[in-house]
Amino acid sequence: MSNAKSKERPEGYPDRHYLNAAHGLKSWFLTTDHKRIGLLYLLAITLFFFLGGAFAVLIRLELATPGGDLVQPETYNRLFTMHGIVMIFFFLIPSIPAVLGNFLLPLMIGAKDVAFPRLNLASWYVYMAGGIFTLWALFEGGLNTGWTFYTPLSTVYSNTAVTTAGIGIFITGFSSILTGMNFIVTIHRMRAPGLTWFRLPLFVWSQYATSLIQILGTPVLAITVLLLALERTLKLGIFDPALGGDPVLFQHLFWFYSHPAVYIMILPAMGVISELIATFSRKRVFGYRFVAFASVAIAILGFLVWGHHLFVSGQSVYAGAVFSVLSMLVAIPSAVKVFNWTATLYKGAVSWETPMLYALGFIGLFTIGGLTGVMLATMGIDIHVHDTYFIVAHFHYIMVGGAIMGYLGGLHYWWPKIAGRLYPVFLSKFAAIIIFVGFNLTFFPQFILGYLGMPRRYHSYPDEFQVLNVMSSAGATILGIGYLIPMLYFAWSMFYGKRCTQNPWGAKGLEWETASPPPTLNFDEIPTVTEEPYDYTPKEVQHAG
Amino acid sequence: MQASSHHSSALAHHFDSFEQQRESASLGMWLFVAQEIMFFGGIFTAYLVYRVKNPEVFALASSELDLTLGGINTVVLILSSLTMALAVREAQLGRGKGVVSFLIATLVFGGIFLGIKSVEYSAKFEHHLVPGEHFHFAPSQEEMDHLWETKGFTPEHIDRRAEMFFSIYFAMTGLHAFHMIIGMVILLFFFRPAWRGRYNADYHNPIECFGLYWHFVDIVWIFLFPMLYLIGRA
Repeated sequence: MSNAKSKERPEGYPDRHYLNAAHGLKSWFLTTDHKRIGLLYLLAITLFFFLGGAFAVLIRLELATPGGDLVQPETYNRLFTMHGIVMIFFFLIPSIPAVLGNFLLPLMIGAKDVAFPRLNLASWYVYMAGGIFTLWALFEGGLNTGWTFYTPLSTVYSNTAVTTAGIGIFITGFSSILTGMNFIVTIHRMRAPGLTWFRLPLFVWSQYATSLIQILGTPVLAITVLLLALERTLKLGIFDPALGGDPVLFQHLFWFYSHPAVYIMILPAMGVISELIATFSRKRVFGYRFVAFASVAIAILGFLVWGHHLFVSGQSVYAGAVFSVLSMLVAIPSAVKVFNWTATLYKGAVSWETPMLYALGFIGLFTIGGLTGVMLATMGIDIHVHDTYFIVAHFHYIMVGGAIMGYLGGLHYWWPKIAGRLYPVFLSKFAAIIIFVGFNLTFFPQFILGYLGMPRRYHSYPDEFQVLNVMSSAGATILGIGYLIPMLYFAWSMFYGKRCTQNPWGAKGLEWETASPPPTLNFDEIPTVTEEPYDYTPKEVQHAG
Repeated sequence: MQASSHHSSALAHHFDSFEQQRESASLGMWLFVAQEIMFFGGIFTAYLVYRVKNPEVFALASSELDLTLGGINTVVLILSSLTMALAVREAQLGRGKGVVSFLIATLVFGGIFLGIKSVEYSAKFEHHLVPGEHFHFAPSQEEMDHLWETKGFTPEHIDRRAEMFFSIYFAMTGLHAFHMIIGMVILLFFFRPAWRGRYNADYHNPIECFGLYWHFVDIVWIFLFPMLYLIGRA
């Protein structure tokens, strides 16, 4: 059983909290407690992350040699398709909102729960139902259309499990919509007395912006995938060129959601980074209102840039020029955030705790991902590197280097709040560093590969690309180990970690003003807020631990 | 703790007041309607694109739809929205029996709509106007000749574009009908609490939210009817 250390209770450690408030499977699977639902999501998305990661392992193994040694080209098509679908729809999109957002939002605004607790639980079941369809598609042999489902490949030519996977994505989309609805209503109606909009933590602002995209973008994907499924099953030819249907219309509708979906992944991560930078610099975030409005600006601008995915798809050059300019505009609020985080660090009392390592890693990697995004928004460069590994590297810097670093940083930061326990400090810093190294080794060579002209989505390549591909595969191995380590020590810490005090980082924010782990109803007494967020005046600095 | 015994179980534990609960439900429902608008927006966009691309054939194919039945259905649906609004009003006044009668009326109007819709659908089956292998669109020879002379459209071209019109027709009206069926199923769950008098001035948000949904589905039809039945009709 557990050793003596894990039994020790620091002063003020609660006897009763949400984790031991009730026992048994039923108390978890029928819970309406947002914190428990957050943990249900954590478990589920970790499983899908593992699955998506397994596909990535096979992809990188195949690409370690120039020839198609490991899998058939058709199998390879299915591998990258399933990797994309699982990672995007079942891991990245729900990751921060459904796990950290669910857990933290009511705590951060001083509420007992989200506005619709039962709907919150329903969203988890909807997510799982969609997940089961997607797994079913996998057992049917997977699908080979790429995660983008482009017609007419997906409607006319592919005889793989497109419909099943489409149904899975359709269903899971509604879980995202329900979460977004819940958060917006919660932020509007459930704030504690005195918690005005400009006293909200920036994480809450970013969740608000994300929720807007989830509500307004996801249904467009839903109808698009539904029409695709109807075309496959009932022969309604909405995108069928034989009936005068337009496959480019499919691309417009698809990217109308799927570009903003990138902001569903990155905005919450930006929110996490704002919290981490403030806490570990002991300073108020520089230009708080700019950072807050930048989130909303990204959400709105994000809806106006989808056409940059169609530069080579038969979209008019004039439309392309407009989308090009609009896409570059997104760089402005993004840069506002990066500059303001940097300014927050300036003359701050910076400490190098594990979450801070992820935050600093995020800033660097996101900057590379973002700047290559501006390059790709120019039509000339985009057409040159279109469908090459340059694109693959670019969006992995945003999604993995950005979103996953933010997610892991947040998980490390709020873990003492979630579990009421600590994780091994040295091991966690070690993992953070090898994730950073492994990530760059995996994806930086892909920028060069793409620039040299290696196309994406092929299972073989000319010999001269092998050195860079081997580097990439080696990096992926390191990255994979880097991801396994936190999975293991978090699982260990949940049961055997050293119990922590209420506020081990000495951080500001309502979530730290209640016990760790919090009681089921979050606060013994609903707090009244009287101060600005991140009010780290020197006399109030508490030392960690 | 405050006054929870007095207020009965209608106030959920995480809300402080009925006002907060009602406003939350109402905002949530409006957000749901917003996502519904975006959902239908996708297919409305498809309609718009193809309508602009094929105005002549779409107008011709549109003439195959039954204006009388479509018109009657529009009136029926507007009446159902009226009875729904009255049911919400009765709920706010705490008159359970009134709620039940208006809900029955709403259900009946919804049923009439779906009945008429199925008559229309089966006519399309008989006339080979359902997309798929058996689709065959046969306008008058005069129309065909006219389109050939003015636009250079072959009978094959006209047939394919008409199939597109009916693809969109079935997708749009089918989705709309599906929303109505869902609505009518949900509606059944209001009978019991309404009969037992659970709704009053403080607590009526479930039925009010459902009313919003019903009106939304109604409004979708208000757009579908002119778009599919009326515009450019010969």
